[in-house]
Formats: sequence, structure tokens, C-alpha cells
Amino acid sequence: MRTNAAEPGLNDLSEKGAASVRFRSVDKAFGPLTVLEDLHLDVEPGERVVIIGPSGSGKTTILRVTMTLEHIDAGTIEVGGQHLYHEPTASGTLKAASEKHIRKVRSNIGMVFQHFNLFPHMSAIENVMLAPVKVHGVSRDEAQHRGMELLDKVGLKEHANHTPGQLSGGQKQRVAIARALATSPSVMLFDEVTSALDPELVGDVLNVLRDIAEEGRTTMMLVTHEMGFAREIADRILMFDKGRVVESGPPSQVLDDPQEARTRSFLGAVAEH
Amino acid sequence: MAETNQAPAFDLEVEQSHKWYRRPDVLVPVILVVLGLSLLATVPAPSGRFTSQFSPGRDVAFGWDYFFHLLPQMLRGLYTTARATVLGFLIAATLGLVFALLRRSQNRFVSLPVAFIIEFIRSTPILVQMFFAQVLVRSVDWVSLNPIVILFLVLGIHYATYASEAYRAGINSVPKGQWEAAIALNLDPITKWTRIIVPQAIPNVLPTLGNYLVAAFKDAPIGDAVLSTAGVLFFANTIRAEDFRPVEPYLLIGVGFLLVSLPAAWLVRRLEAHIAYERG
Repeated sequence: MRTNAAEPGLNDLSEKGAASVRFRSVDKAFGPLTVLEDLHLDVEPGERVVIIGPSGSGKTTILRVTMTLEHIDAGTIEVGGQHLYHEPTASGTLKAASEKHIRKVRSNIGMVFQHFNLFPHMSAIENVMLAPVKVHGVSRDEAQHRGMELLDKVGLKEHANHTPGQLSGGQKQRVAIARALATSPSVMLFDEVTSALDPELVGDVLNVLRDIAEEGRTTMMLVTHEMGFAREIADRILMFDKGRVVESGPPSQVLDDPQEARTRSFLGAVAEH
Repeated sequence: MAETNQAPAFDLEVEQSHKWYRRPDVLVPVILVVLGLSLLATVPAPSGRFTSQFSPGRDVAFGWDYFFHLLPQMLRGLYTTARATVLGFLIAATLGLVFALLRRSQNRFVSLPVAFIIEFIRSTPILVQMFFAQVLVRSVDWVSLNPIVILFLVLGIHYATYASEAYRAGINSVPKGQWEAAIALNLDPITKWTRIIVPQAIPNVLPTLGNYLVAAFKDAPIGDAVLSTAGVLFFANTIRAEDFRPVEPYLLIGVGFLLVSLPAAWLVRRLEAHIAYERG
């Protein structure tokens, strides 16, 4: 078993501040199916970008390639000015990144999943403490203190010792958010985080997201079907279809005065529910 | 827990969570069995000679007196057989996990040979492997192994290949979301495997491993036949040769196996029920 000695470059858990994310000519296909095509996108530090679009449009894939859950086929992604999939060589060109390099850049990114993906064999606080202790070399005491702070922030301090099986969906998702926040990421990715929840539990999770947005310490990229929430929280809304950005702009423009026919038909379909 | 709420800051005691491997009602039987069997493994083996001072009449086909008279000797043989099984199974359980992990390796120069070895050993009979091991040991001058060592090594390697398939299935049954969460939290491979994957895979694997332990126990007498280890079958063969009374000793070793296999099967079923309960 390894001890708590962290890898170099990973042990700084102090606030790094929000970071930019830049996509350049990113392609991604699953077999014959193209999900991202020549994607160019700049997300500024601290910006809150909500991605909307029909299912299968590739919107979740943007988050998944940023988290390196899927690897891109072509193009580059930069997080906080550092290439995620590439390393600069001495001659100034780019080469495919080593696992070590990917891990270093990836430590700036946090993700919350639609289906929570909490570790079922650990209590809420253990879920939150794991990465700070094992990856970032934080002492157990410190990680526990900070973990309790985070659980308090998401309103679950008294559930710290409960395992995921003892929590409701909304509580699980808030633990998952606390877990993602525990490493103080500069970029947070939220993949349809309320889609698997009962309607009456959605509000608590959205409140937590509002708090994170207000603090403004992280760049947020959210995929969601909650249009009212998107309007409230987003600096910019991206309408996505067939692997491309169809329309982009502030909520007042994209949601209220869409320029593209595809956006109008999508919003019309969503509004019918 | 509500009363701690008015206290300042975060003084909530962090309890151990109810993991299956921390629950006393699962742990105690498992530890008892492991301890008992390990103890069995360390105590020196009894002498391998079986003798009979009892001379029943030739015309009697079966006698209870004679049957019970043989019991202590049978237990001595059973002890030897169980010892070899336990040692072999400890090898199988560890080597099996190693095989399973090597077979998953990204490096094909590792994964393909390991896959071949596993398939080769799995698809050849343990009886043949036992003969092969004996010939191999005899033909190499600088190796001199006690037959009981050959027996548990063969049992261990043979069942390691089965165990590795069980581990593989257990690892594959860990949901995809768990692997993705490990990436999202940037966990290093060692933490990912020791804290996330293996703890969730083991409960799936335990019942299968338990069944293989029973199966290995039933295969152990092959060593008596091939390597002349002094187990239960060797006992029965010796008695038959000395007293010309085959019915009682062979029936007796059947009873001996039953005595061990039935409680073992019961334990495995309990374990399965526990794991099903943990899953909710």
C-alpha cells in the first residue's frame, strides 16, 4: 500500500482560482458516428456555460472528453493554459501527452455525474476524503475537517457517516458535488446532474449549484435540461446539435430570441413538457 | 446524532462504515475458518503409515465395529488431505488475483501469454498435471520436493486459473460509473484498485472461491493416487491391501468428505445470503 505521499505537482490543494478551457478543432467519433466535429470553443475563467441540445447531439461528450473519460480523435484541449492531451516538446511542437502529464492537468478538473457514481462501500465523508488524502497527500484530520465543511455546505453534515445506500437521490448527488469540490478544482463539469432525481429533490441540488456559482471560484460547464435554471445561472448558453455549436450567446438571446431554426424547434419541444 | 448539532464546528465522530469485510457477523466465521485451517496447515503432519490390528472374519462383508475402529486413522488421512487443500487454496486465491490482473494488462506481451497459460491449465485434467509435475520434479536434479508440496503446488496453480476467471468476472461486474469516478477524482492506479475496484469485486467473488475450495478438497486425493501422499485415499488403499476389507475404509472416507464438505457448503451459502443482503 502506498502512503499519503502525493505525486509532485498534485499536492497543492489551495484555491487555484478558475481556469479557462479552450477547444481547438476537436473531433470525436464513436465508430461511424461523429459526435464532435471541428469544435472550437473558448470558456473564460469563472464563466458559467450551459450546454443544451437534443440527446445524441454530443453535449455530454464535450464534458466527457474534458474529463478524459473519452479521448479525443483530433484537435487540442487546453485547461488553464495547459494542454490536456498534448505536451509541448523542446522544439515547440506538440506530442501526445504521457499519463503523468494528463494526470497533472486533470487534477484541475472536477466532474459530477448524472448517476452520482458515489463509492457504495464508503460513507459520505469517506467518499469526500478519498481524493484529498490519496491523491493530494492531505492529512486525514485536515481532509476530514474540510470534508465536513463541504458536507455542511451541501446541507448533509449529519449524514456524514451514512453510506450512499442510506441516502436519497438528491442527497447522493449533493455528496457527489462535495466530493468533486474536495480537491478545489478550477473547472467543474456537471453532466445532467438533476436528470436522475425525483422532481421534488431537484431544488436542493440546484441550490448547491447556485452557491458554487456565486462563489465564482470555478469555471462551470453544465449540461442540463432545466431551462429555467440555465437562464438563471448561465453567462452563456450553447445550443448544440449534431456535434456542432448551432447557436451561442447570453440566455436572453438564445432562449428568448433564438436566431436559428434548430434552436427554436428544440426549445419548442422542451417547452411542451 | 442530532444532539451534536448544537456543538460548535465539526465534532461529529466519524464511524467505521458498514463494509461487508468489517462486519463481525461476516468476519467471525471467515476468520474462524481461515485461522482453523491455517492452524491445521502449520501443525506437523502425522506419520503416513496406516496399520490395522483388527482381523475380522473373512465371511463378514461389512461390520460397524471395524468401521469405527478405522475412524481415527481415517481422520489422520483426512487431516493430511485438508492441509494440502488449504495450502493449495491459499496459493490459488493469491495467484488467481495476480493472474486476473496480469490478464487485464494493456501490454499484450503480458496479457496474451497469461491468457494462454490460464486457458491451457484450465483445459487439461488435474490428474495429468499431477503426473506431469511428478515427472518434472524427478527429472530435475537440483529440485527435491516432498510429495505433499508437489500436491499443494499443483492444486494451487490449477485452481488459481479458475479463481482468476472468478476474479475477472468480479472485476468486470464493478459498474462503469465507478471506474469513471476514479478517473474524475484523478485516483492513481494503486488507490483505484485497492480502494475502489477490488473491495467491490471481492464480495462477488467470495461464493465462487468458496465453491472452488470445496472442489479443490475433492481433487486433493488425486495426490494420494499419483504421488502417494498420505491422505484419505492412501489410507483406504493401505487398509484394503492389508486387511482385504475394501467396503468399510472407502465408505468411511465418503463420510469424512461429507463431514467437511457439508459445513463448507453451508458457510458459502451463508456468505452468499449476506452479500445479497448487503446489496439490498
